[in-house]
Amino acid sequence: MMPNPAESMPEEIEEHAQRMSVFVAVLGPTVTLLALVGLWEVLARWSGVPAWLLPAPSAIGDSMIDWRAELAWHTMITLYEVLIGFALSIAVSIPLAVAVVYSPFLQNTIYPILLALQSMPKVAIAPLLVLWIGFGAMPKILVVFLVCFFPIVVATASGLSAVPPALIDLIRSLSATTYQTFVKIRFPTAIPHIFIGLKIAITFAVIGAVIGEFVGSDQGLGYLILTSTSQSRTPLAFGALLILTIMSIVLYYAIEFMEHLVVPWAPKN
Amino acid sequence: MLKIKIEHLFKIYNSRSGRVSALEDVNLEIQQNEFITLVGPSGCGKSTLLKIIGALIRPTRGTFLYDGKPLLQPTRDVGIVFQEPVLLPWRAALDNVLLPAEILGLDIEEGRPRAMDLLKLVGLEGFEASYPRELSGGMQQRVALSRALIHNPSVLLMDEPFAALDAMTREELGFELLRIWNTHKKTVVFVTHNIVEAILLADRVVAMSPRPGRIAKILKIELPRPRTLEMEFTPKFKTYSDEIRSVIYHNGTAVA
Repeated sequence: MMPNPAESMPEEIEEHAQRMSVFVAVLGPTVTLLALVGLWEVLARWSGVPAWLLPAPSAIGDSMIDWRAELAWHTMITLYEVLIGFALSIAVSIPLAVAVVYSPFLQNTIYPILLALQSMPKVAIAPLLVLWIGFGAMPKILVVFLVCFFPIVVATASGLSAVPPALIDLIRSLSATTYQTFVKIRFPTAIPHIFIGLKIAITFAVIGAVIGEFVGSDQGLGYLILTSTSQSRTPLAFGALLILTIMSIVLYYAIEFMEHLVVPWAPKN
Repeated sequence: MLKIKIEHLFKIYNSRSGRVSALEDVNLEIQQNEFITLVGPSGCGKSTLLKIIGALIRPTRGTFLYDGKPLLQPTRDVGIVFQEPVLLPWRAALDNVLLPAEILGLDIEEGRPRAMDLLKLVGLEGFEASYPRELSGGMQQRVALSRALIHNPSVLLMDEPFAALDAMTREELGFELLRIWNTHKKTVVFVTHNIVEAILLADRVVAMSPRPGRIAKILKIELPRPRTLEMEFTPKFKTYSDEIRSVIYHNGTAVA
């Protein structure tokens, strides 16, 4: 086991330190969040700002309960777009990154084009995708795919190139084949890097799905925000926003959890 | 028996600022089971020479014979230890030791007890299942040494293997290396910038000087074996170290 600096401390101080760290890590943020929500409630109720402009947290909660069936339905739609687009992106990005790293030709031809494409704002492509593919889930999935694609390619490519030079020399001294080097050294070295790319990508993915829904859709949380704000059902829009935020956080931590399972050796950040 | 023969060997790198002569007219013969240390300041070409012996890089010109034959590809007859342990963090110590066996396509089931023996030999019995992050720097370097020995090479190339360790661990590992070398006869080529270490370990010290990298002097160390730390304070040892210092810094440019 890793030596823990706390081990050398007397028990009482150690316990105290642990209590403090629990407070700092969990209690502190929770209390702060609750205080802010409470302040919001007070301001929204007694400042005279109309509810369609800034609803109180309690009003948002009420509307979420009233609309729970619709919210659940639209959440499933958006989650579906996010997950399929993200999975598609992984399936394409990782093999492409491997190809780019191993082929100088692709490195010189495809990679610059990818870089150029990355500079193109995806929000601006979304209407074109709707124009080409029409309504339905596909254009949203493609927007998600596009926003996730680049971080995963770059992270994978840099991970595959992150093998220490001395290790390369060692492998070369054993006359290892390209395949052996890939399977035993390069790919495992790249996995922690790939997870960094995945974590960046998953936060983009939710944004991508919402953008896709904004541009043209009749379902999904993005669509729900758009219609409820236009119909002055602001509390519902806030509810959808809250769900999107929670979705993003949950997906992020799901990937982080997977990372702990797959790469227990990764350096902690 | 002559193991390695190097004659009129040159290595020139083409860099942006022009041609850099890393090695110039190097002549060296290494006998089988000899312990050779290459010592010199940064830029003297000692690591370059080591890599040429491992066939990791090619000389620009000159003769390099391994067992009497030119060596164009790396050979499995060589084990390498670097300054950094470069263990695979996702493998336990035992599986790290077995890596060369896997790559060379040796029988892993036969290799496993051998890997256990090697870890025992370097004093890591009971740490077979430990991961690199759970081991100290010195322990990781012991694993790296076991890994270099797993395929039973006759030559061990070591590129400043103890340079990243603290002074006490360094001395300890030096003597353990001598003990292993004594029981498992190997030809060792050991690169260091530490003059004391170079003398204490070697049969012969190859002192190199920089710009261009060349052999300044080859000293036969006539200290009895087994070597001990106390030998460092004998007049003979001082004569050796003075001589090495004087030839390494021959042009008066002392390099820190």
